[in-house]
Amino acid sequence: MIRMNRLLCIAILILSAALAAGKASAQSADLKPLIAALAVGNFADREKAVAALAATGDPAAVPALNALAEGDLYAHKSDKAVVIAKKAPGRSFSLTDPLTGADLGTVNSREVSKVKVNNGLRRSIRTALAGLTLMSPDRNIRLTAADGIFKAGQADSIEALDAAIAAEQDAEVKTLMQEARAVAVLSSELPAEAKTEALDILALRGDRDALSVILGFRPSAGEELSAQTDAAIARIEGSLANWEAAQNIWYGISLGSVLLLAAIGLAITFGVMGVINMAHGEMVMLGAYTTFVVQEFIRNSAPALFDYSLAIALPLAFLVSASVGLCIERGIIRHLYGRPLETLLATWGLSLVLQQAVRTIFGPTNREVGNPEWMSGAFEIGHMTITYNRMWIILFSLLVFGVLLLVLRKTSFGLQMRAVTQNRAMAASMGIRTPWIDGLTFALGSGVAGLAGVALSQIDNVSPNLGQGYIIDSFMVVVFGGVGNLWGTFVGAMTLGVVNKFLEPYAGAVLGKILVLVFIILFIQKRPRGLFALKGRSVEA
Amino acid sequence: MKKIGNLGQAALAAVIGAGLTIGSPVQAQEETIKVGVLHSLSGTMAISETTLKDVMLMLIEDQNKKGGLLGKKLEAVVVDPASDWPLFAEKARELIEVNKVAATFGCWTSVSRKSVLPVFEELNSVLFYPVQYEGEESSKNIFYTGAAPNQQAIPAVDYLMETESVERWVLAGTDYVYPRTTNKILEQYLKDKGVAEEDIMINYTPFGHSDWQTIVSDIKAFGSAGKKTAVVSTINGDANVPFYKELGNQGISAEDIPVVAFSVGEEELAGLDTAPLVGHLAAWNYFMSVDTDENAEFIEKWHAFIGDEKRVTNDPMEAHYIGFNMWVKAVEKAGTTDPDAVIDALVGVAVANLSGGMSSMGPNHHITKPVLIGEIQDDGQFETVFETPGLVLGDEWSDYLPESKPLISDWRAPLSCGNFNVDTGKCGGQGT
Repeated sequence: MIRMNRLLCIAILILSAALAAGKASAQSADLKPLIAALAVGNFADREKAVAALAATGDPAAVPALNALAEGDLYAHKSDKAVVIAKKAPGRSFSLTDPLTGADLGTVNSREVSKVKVNNGLRRSIRTALAGLTLMSPDRNIRLTAADGIFKAGQADSIEALDAAIAAEQDAEVKTLMQEARAVAVLSSELPAEAKTEALDILALRGDRDALSVILGFRPSAGEELSAQTDAAIARIEGSLANWEAAQNIWYGISLGSVLLLAAIGLAITFGVMGVINMAHGEMVMLGAYTTFVVQEFIRNSAPALFDYSLAIALPLAFLVSASVGLCIERGIIRHLYGRPLETLLATWGLSLVLQQAVRTIFGPTNREVGNPEWMSGAFEIGHMTITYNRMWIILFSLLVFGVLLLVLRKTSFGLQMRAVTQNRAMAASMGIRTPWIDGLTFALGSGVAGLAGVALSQIDNVSPNLGQGYIIDSFMVVVFGGVGNLWGTFVGAMTLGVVNKFLEPYAGAVLGKILVLVFIILFIQKRPRGLFALKGRSVEA
Repeated sequence: MKKIGNLGQAALAAVIGAGLTIGSPVQAQEETIKVGVLHSLSGTMAISETTLKDVMLMLIEDQNKKGGLLGKKLEAVVVDPASDWPLFAEKARELIEVNKVAATFGCWTSVSRKSVLPVFEELNSVLFYPVQYEGEESSKNIFYTGAAPNQQAIPAVDYLMETESVERWVLAGTDYVYPRTTNKILEQYLKDKGVAEEDIMINYTPFGHSDWQTIVSDIKAFGSAGKKTAVVSTINGDANVPFYKELGNQGISAEDIPVVAFSVGEEELAGLDTAPLVGHLAAWNYFMSVDTDENAEFIEKWHAFIGDEKRVTNDPMEAHYIGFNMWVKAVEKAGTTDPDAVIDALVGVAVANLSGGMSSMGPNHHITKPVLIGEIQDDGQFETVFETPGLVLGDEWSDYLPESKPLISDWRAPLSCGNFNVDTGKCGGQGT
């Protein structure tokens, strides 16, 4: 059987290659008027033109359709000739022929006008392209094609799918094609047995897309199929419910990791040193702006390095925020030790100064920080969508947490830091330069906030207000987790993240946030020192 | 300490100084007509409002080049209400009482407008408000040059219903007055059109919401009920960037679940890689990509004024352009800057807008505008895919809310009423 398939496949390939070679010139002549029709009329006319191109079944139309979908298809203003145009330096376009791919030189951008597309037209193109590329030698193109047919769900694609399934060697593509066929069968006039089989295939796929198709089919199911349809719906919904719970936990961890990143610097400045630092959010913002500056520099001078921009930004953001932190500690905070109210006011004022300074330098509008290739998109585990940027941020926050723990526990700086916070007088008499340790500790906390800024620039706005959004959450996490304990911050951040995400679907984002706040207030009443309270004499000091 | 403290002070002084120099008189000896500019230059709203301050300075400079107004030069008085709503009222009072401005251009959020409204009515001065808003208001002293819901939200929903045959709707917004009122109107409108209760999902998020994972996946789940689904977004400014990033990352494409936004313009997209967002929609009365001579000239002037070719133009900027030109025309018509005369002269004034038509001021102090629906392109611009055939007059009291249905506004004599109830025949229903 497999051999038969392979033979068939080879035969089709040879045949189509021969046909393409033999009829290339003749067919492109046929296609020409159809392609010219893409540029005239309104969106509905263009949809008809796309359908006509799809009906020819000629792969030569693929580049033109692709260009149309991408918005690269233009028409000459003078003679309405259709060309593929790519931006060239200056205000000009370099043109190629949509059928032959021949270079047509460059023209001024005013000489050509864009062939407009809208969502409906893009959908038709997707379907047309899917039909044309189902037999493509490239596995990924076939996969996209099968997906396109799945989404279009038109009964008339069954025949083409049957041929493609028969020729398909790749298991994954074949499954997707069979699923696409099932969708097509449901919208066809085929007998009930075929539809039952299709329902089974879709129930096996079991994701939201399949559910959507079956729910759409439900009203037209008729009496004999309604039981099977309902069973398939129940089956999918049952399995999705479990995945949804898993997805919620993932979202919670992801939110927790963002909270952890934002709060962990504060856990040092506030938790360990006891400084109420209202300018902590601005340290995060400085980190994000450092990322912007690094990316801007890379864009202008070394575009090839763009994927490494975050790695380059990390040490720089740490240095920038840490040195600003050091200046703040040496310049302001050290004069205010033991006066929490004054510290609070001074750092809050400082946060406003920093915000306005950034606004003056970089302008009040959002700055674009791009996502490197490895930070964009998502992949699926089962029926759970995991976005790459969130995944990397979780890993990064764990890494920062681990390194910080090591620094505090295993290095002499960490030892001195802990000594100073536990008993300043004793540490000083042991020969530790306490003022410097204070300064460096504050710099470390600020630097870590800078690192958080690099990560947050990937998921949030890079604007002067960036820090403001995180300062309250950060304090909440540190107070909840227990002042002076890094593990407390970790557990606090993760708990708040997960609780928040489990409340959100039921209570909504606004009420969810309020409930979390109320919960923390009640918790602090019961345990004023947070989850992990420090014990011993140092607490009273 | 001393050194840094001084530095901080210096920075602060520099910032305040910069604000003052803008406001300082250009030609103090000569008599000028003062124009107030009431936009936040610091705080959360600075992101949107600073641009509007700049555009006002440009328009005033331009008018002075043309010879000023009534033979006098115009002078901008810029104040910074710092995104602080009560401060808006204080600064408005300062502009009118201390600086004696002839008219004020300002405010962005509805709450800031509500905060200054009593001041403008008490001191009888004129305010031009350039941002799309929820309606349900009409004041003698305020001229609304942004879109009312019928100039933005309703046509957008109609478009989605007709060309995309959407049957299921997600109304997502930030939790404050504009999205809540707009969604109330839309919900009623959709129900009137026969959309079932279970096909509408309403979701509110706090200001500056940044973790959209749950909501985006909820939208995805809501969209997989076998019916075409669309999202109508009234999500405010800053929260949009993480929202769209999450949409892109979770792979929700515009072909499957389109998002139409009422608060996302060219400026908001500037901080974003728009390649994954191609096809998502926005409804406005102006796009930077509009291909008219007026618009090309405006963009050129803007780039020359701001000194940066990369800066974009957007809908509220056009609203200020229209509002300012209307005010100039009305003052010329009245021959004075006296508020009562100008308010009377403004009704019926028509000036060219940037999309190739003439906008005119209606008796309800709202203007006529075309409604454009655009799709996001990969270069951060919008491409118009739909335009209303004629201009639409802003409808201050929505016909889709039972409590405002019988109300109309007509500030011309003899009616001179902002909330005339046609059922009872009396002026004064609810609202202002």
